Amino acid sequence: MPELLTVEGVYKTYRKGGMFSRERQQILRDISFEYKEGECLGIIGESGSGKSTLGRLLLGIEKPDRGTILLQGESVEKRGGRRGRISAVFQDYTSSINPYFTVEQAILEPLTLQPDGMEAKRDKVGRLLRQVGLDSSFRSKYPHELSGGQIQRVCIARAVATESPCILLDEAISSLDGSVQMQVLELLKELKDSFRLGYLFITHDIQSAAYLCDRVLILRSGQIEEIVDIKELKNVQSPYAQKLLRMMIT
Amino acid sequence: MNLLEVRNLRVWDGRGGSVLVSDSSFQLKKGSCLAIIGESGSGKSLTCRAIMRLNGRGLLQSGEIRFKGVDLNELDEREMRSRRGKQLYMILQNGMRAFDPSSVIGVHLRETLARHYRWNKNETTEKLRQAMQSVRLQDPIGILNKYPHQLSGGMLQRVMIALALLLEPDVILADEPTTALDTVSKFEVVEQFIQLRERTGCSMIFVSHELGVVRKLADEVMVMRAGSVIESGTAAAIFSNARHDYTRYLTSSQRKLNDRFQELMGGAGIADR
Repeated sequence: MPELLTVEGVYKTYRKGGMFSRERQQILRDISFEYKEGECLGIIGESGSGKSTLGRLLLGIEKPDRGTILLQGESVEKRGGRRGRISAVFQDYTSSINPYFTVEQAILEPLTLQPDGMEAKRDKVGRLLRQVGLDSSFRSKYPHELSGGQIQRVCIARAVATESPCILLDEAISSLDGSVQMQVLELLKELKDSFRLGYLFITHDIQSAAYLCDRVLILRSGQIEEIVDIKELKNVQSPYAQKLLRMMIT
Repeated sequence: MNLLEVRNLRVWDGRGGSVLVSDSSFQLKKGSCLAIIGESGSGKSLTCRAIMRLNGRGLLQSGEIRFKGVDLNELDEREMRSRRGKQLYMILQNGMRAFDPSSVIGVHLRETLARHYRWNKNETTEKLRQAMQSVRLQDPIGILNKYPHQLSGGMLQRVMIALALLLEPDVILADEPTTALDTVSKFEVVEQFIQLRERTGCSMIFVSHELGVVRKLADEVMVMRAGSVIESGTAAAIFSNARHDYTRYLTSSQRKLNDRFQELMGGAGIADR
């Protein structure tokens, strides 16, 4: 499989304090890794470890201070290079969908630039909704009428709609109930197989990462502590990763 | 002996009339920890807040909440207020919203302590320092001078536990205290909950949908769904042979995650405690 993402020597700082402050806080330091197409890579770490910042850089929403992020050989900072190659689902489902949009409009939004006719697009929405386990009565509903698990399903359908080979999930299941988390995890597994998708799964929950991912990248205060195949999880080398696993409450 | 007895608790919306919690009855034994589990919207938090009588004015409640022989539902607001904090203590999910955002943590803590004790300023500081050190918060004095938004979720949760150590309440109601925390802070907060019980001998109602945490803490478990109690029993019974299908459904998804994890870890090794 070819490399989809190549991350090399990425640094990121944020300005600390006010607008005119010179002080800068280091968020990410020397991040390098490769991500293959169709792979499911978990990015795990504590709060404040820089997981979400890394996610935003990978999506091209923010730029790194130093280093490069290439998406199929093109810089992720170029809008044209990203189109149709990476999409995202975020944690806060209450703000992920425009409250004035119905479910159908929400899923159609990323398709506006595609050449298909309206009929074909509507068909596609129906198909996608069915695939994420919602029936067509949801088309005309508004986000506030749905539960958290249902909105997350709509967001996943919207992410799949662009047919990009990679979806970045930033704590996408963390605010859902245990049983609903499991349903969404199962859904993600199914979609992975039927669309040959790959995921970048950002989470602090090691158990769900272990359930879904092929490989995990462990971040600690902005640096990569260890990248390990999920089958080798029990043999993690760094003391920090070992501590993290010891502290799991199962 | 039952410390708290709830009979036919009903919570409904005063305007729409829709019933949110219907006819739930349960008891809390002295010194024991009762966990309430269920999905969101099942009425777990409402039940907790109904016991504290903290539900907003739009929500009405009926039934009997007998605490040390007194029905809390009958008390007037002044009497209820004197019981909150000192006898019934609530720990909330979102530390950021639980503290006053406009003043530093210390102001809030001192104010609460001044309501229940007649300590002078130095005494209060000294007691706070000790309590915060015992929940493993470094630099307690520094923390007292910080605003809630300057502290992490796990730290705020531990500040609330430190305050509980000082107030020594009879019942602690913890509403999803670990849900918003990551692996490491969750582990630390759960440890502190275990020690809190050991030190103060308090009884506890622990609301959570994280079954791993529940299994570590609870003696008894009550399962709620759509506003009613559908099953309750000892923790061992609920987790190993639940009678109700819904309970089995809840525990099975957790088990599935756990099984995969254990399989990866080889069933033993460093995850084994």
